[in-house]
Amino acid sequence: MSLQPVKFYQTGTFTVGNRLLDESLRTVQANMQRTNSLNSGHRACQGCGEALGARYAIDAAMRATKNRVIATNATGCLEVFSTPYPETSWQIPWMHSVFGNAASVATGIAAALKVKKKSDVRVIAQGGDGGTTDIGFACLSGMFERNDDVLYLCYDNEAYMNTGVQRSSATPPGARTATTPAVGIHPGNAFGTGKNLPLIAMAHQIPYVATASVANLHDLEAKVEKAMGICGARYIHIYVPCPLGWGSSPSDTIKVARLAVETGLFPLFEAEHGEIVSRIPIRNKVPVEEYLKLQKRFAHLFGEDRSAIAMIQEIADRNIRKFGLEEA
Amino acid sequence: MKKPFAITLDPGSSLANHTGSWRTERPVYVDRLPPCNHACPAGEDIQGWLYHAEGGEYRKAWESLMKNNPFPAIMGRVCYHPCEGACNRGKLDESVGIHAVERFLGDEAIRRRWLPEVTAEPSGRHVLVVGSGPSGLSCAYHLRLMGHQVVIMEAESRAGGMMRYGIPQYRLPRDVLDAEISRIASMGVEIRLNAKVADIMDVIEGYDAAFLAVGAHIAKRAYIPAGDASRIIDAVSLLHGMEENSATLLGKRVVVYGGGNTAIDAARTAKRLGAEEPLIVYRRTRERMPAHESELQEAIEEGIRFKWLSTVKRMEEGSITVEKMILDDAGFPQPTGEFETIGADSLVLALGQESELDLLKSVPDIETANGSVKVDSSMMTNHPGIFAGGDMVPSEKTVTAGIGHGKKAARNIDAWLRNEKFSPPEKHEIASFDMLNTWYYSDAPKIRQKALDLARRQSTFEEVIHGLSEENALFEARRCLSCGNCFECDNCYGVCPDNAVIKLGPGSRFRFNYDFCKGCGLCAAECPCGAIQMVPESI
Ligand SMILES: Cc1cc2nc3c(=O)[nH]c(=O)nc-3n(C[C@H](O)[C@H](O)[C@H](O)COP(=O)(O)OP(=O)(O)OC[C@H]3O[C@@H](n4cnc5c(N)ncnc54)[C@H](O)[C@@H]3O)c2cc1C
Ligand SMILES: Cc1ncc(C[n+]2csc(CCOP(=O)(O)OP(=O)(O)O)c2C)c(N)n1
Ligand code: SF4
Ligand code: SF4
Ligand code: SF4
Ligand SMILES: [Mg+2]
Repeated sequence: MSLQPVKFYQTGTFTVGNRLLDESLRTVQANMQRTNSLNSGHRACQGCGEALGARYAIDAAMRATKNRVIATNATGCLEVFSTPYPETSWQIPWMHSVFGNAASVATGIAAALKVKKKSDVRVIAQGGDGGTTDIGFACLSGMFERNDDVLYLCYDNEAYMNTGVQRSSATPPGARTATTPAVGIHPGNAFGTGKNLPLIAMAHQIPYVATASVANLHDLEAKVEKAMGICGARYIHIYVPCPLGWGSSPSDTIKVARLAVETGLFPLFEAEHGEIVSRIPIRNKVPVEEYLKLQKRFAHLFGEDRSAIAMIQEIADRNIRKFGLEEA
Repeated sequence: MKKPFAITLDPGSSLANHTGSWRTERPVYVDRLPPCNHACPAGEDIQGWLYHAEGGEYRKAWESLMKNNPFPAIMGRVCYHPCEGACNRGKLDESVGIHAVERFLGDEAIRRRWLPEVTAEPSGRHVLVVGSGPSGLSCAYHLRLMGHQVVIMEAESRAGGMMRYGIPQYRLPRDVLDAEISRIASMGVEIRLNAKVADIMDVIEGYDAAFLAVGAHIAKRAYIPAGDASRIIDAVSLLHGMEENSATLLGKRVVVYGGGNTAIDAARTAKRLGAEEPLIVYRRTRERMPAHESELQEAIEEGIRFKWLSTVKRMEEGSITVEKMILDDAGFPQPTGEFETIGADSLVLALGQESELDLLKSVPDIETANGSVKVDSSMMTNHPGIFAGGDMVPSEKTVTAGIGHGKKAARNIDAWLRNEKFSPPEKHEIASFDMLNTWYYSDAPKIRQKALDLARRQSTFEEVIHGLSEENALFEARRCLSCGNCFECDNCYGVCPDNAVIKLGPGSRFRFNYDFCKGCGLCAAECPCGAIQMVPESI
């Protein structure tokens, strides 16, 4: 991370701003002039992590490009809650695509801008985990493979939320969704399934891949800013809790996201050309129960048989080892 | 505008959609009472002045502190800082070194000659204060700030009470004491020295009200049979003598009898006067000793020895006899019949003090009990217009409590002079630790104040504990969690998924936009210091 540590302020670099911090060390979100790219009046649920993550990311991109951003959007909650015709919450040039082709539409916009020699205008494609890891995957892989000049932002809320919480290939093992009910001997989503899109993106050797979380705003903004300074295909996978689909309290959205990082279940890292170049170490390691118990989608794991929790703990521990999350 | 096929509406902003109607709970900004403030006997707004100190605005911090306490340099040295015992940061790593920052501010003010300003219109009212200890001075200071004329009558030749004639120089250097007292005099408070009040009724004429703060100066005695040649003195006289440059001859082997802070100060003073290894004899155990742990530690470092569970039975020339005690089930020491003889050239009694209340002899309506004066919740005695505070009323008998009494009495006297009743502002809910989101605070260990080297501590009266440098004071101030009071971290402004928090700019805090706030509660959950409360909407 490119941030300077500020040790002896009350709140270090963890809060959004802080009156005592130098302006340059505060987040974009702390600024009174932030663009509010995704404005008030949108219809996301109370405490929606996706609404928050999208504003965080696009505001940061706006600042990094001096407000020269065009975005496309795959179908999903973000599109539906922000833009029920004729209203929109977007305060940027924003283009609807269909569910599966946001990456391709963005590629087309980037090509058009190239023809028009508008190199200062940057293109962002955004979508949910379903639109990214499942139906939009072929378009996205093509965009990566051609190294098109697009930043793709995936807002991962670990299921198809907009249509009623169906499983996606980003749904974690054990989680209950409408299509993986908590019944039978292995209730919830099956272990050993799913895919890790950041690692797949890295396998394309694109210039920049990162994971980010609404629980670490400084890091999220730094990654978006860095991505906007790079040409070619870039991918940031942002972790955005969904109170409705996860059965968590709307006021716990950031807490849940924070625990995902602190347990090791959602590692924060950056990779350049297929190689990991930085990771955010865990500050205070927490057992996975703490994370799971805040979400009704995992409630069935807390019965007599706790073996599924142990398996999830193994996943967290493996992440910690694999990504070196306990090293400073 | 010509619309495309099948389109009938103009595009518009979602701002037309007031999502605030979804809300069942609304967030509100609150100022909760930080536990430090709650614990301060002088009623300081600690979080409030630390807030300014955090920003390096020391003058503002000092001014804010001075609203409640005119003696930051003194308090930062001698207060037993119950605030730190209550500090929420203590549950995180270590409490904020509040007293050390307070002392830094007090010393800065002295160094830079900052003076409090009397801006109130003269009231034309006159108040008499008897006694220039912390309580009397504090009352005079606050009355003066409110525009009243104040005269202090003091029996001694110098002002300060027990801060001068009790607390030794190695804990409270006299230039510091003098500086903070003369500041009060410079505000127009008249201090008449060598003016002992023999009868309050003889002097009260011409005053509209009086505040008595004569302290407790008469040493309590215990009957200890002693031979003619034995040297028994009391701690109060020993310490008083130090101020008069008439140090008592104690000899090499000094025994101090008692378990309070006075006993410790007497022993540490004896050490500095040349006693080899002063011994403190106390009838109960270390845990039950009323002296504060930090002073006990400092004494042990300086070579003071202790004999617990012992009472002094008699003194002969060159020795004392002590009896061993055991604690009964109720914690009271009981005699065992086992005796021991200990070599001693002198015995210093530190068994507590009582007030001399002769000055009340013509006001029989003032009620006293166990040697202290009874006052009501406004600090007024039974005699209308005569108030009292400090060590002479039932209290914890500390400088801080005395200062608090002085302030409280001043506010009540001020109201009384106007035929009104002072009603203190309502106390806010305490900002308890569970209201904080401590994730956001970075780890920062407490800064230790440096101490004088041991050799000099054992032979001179130089100040033992050093102050903080500016840099360290700033660090320490910034360790404050700002419990219950917004410190403008921007979290609420940042974490609202609906942009329903309006930032009003530096120093002006924030406002909720209830048109769009859906009531998710993220702001309240992520506010580090518990300054946002969720309250149910009336639906
Ligand atoms: C050795 C020692 C160490 C202490 N250390 C600490 C400490 O570290 N921290 C702490 O918080 N507290 C400490 N205390 C307690 C503290 O000093 C007292 O609680 C505090 O000074 C009481 O303030 P006061 O204003 O009520 O009375 P005092 O400070 O006793 O002042 C009373 C004043 O009234 C004057 N006076 C008395 N009678 C008359 C009269 N008739 N006419 C005119 N004037 C009169 C006296 O001369 C005196 O100046 C210590 C006490 C002692 C004895
Ligand atoms: C081709 C196609 N199939 C199905 C849909 C219905 N659909 C719209 S949004 C959505 C789910 C979106 O899930 P995700 O991409 O994870 O976004 P989220 O709503 O969770 O943010 C589905 C299935 C569609 N719009 N198009
Ligand atoms: S369902 Fe989930 S992702 Fe969709 S708006 Fe609600 S909280 Fe946000
Ligand atoms: S952290 Fe600050 S506001 Fe909180 S109790 Fe300690 S000194 Fe007071
Ligand atoms: S979150 Fe920060 S800015 Fe908002 S009320 Fe709390 S302390 Fe103040
Ligand atoms: Mg999804």
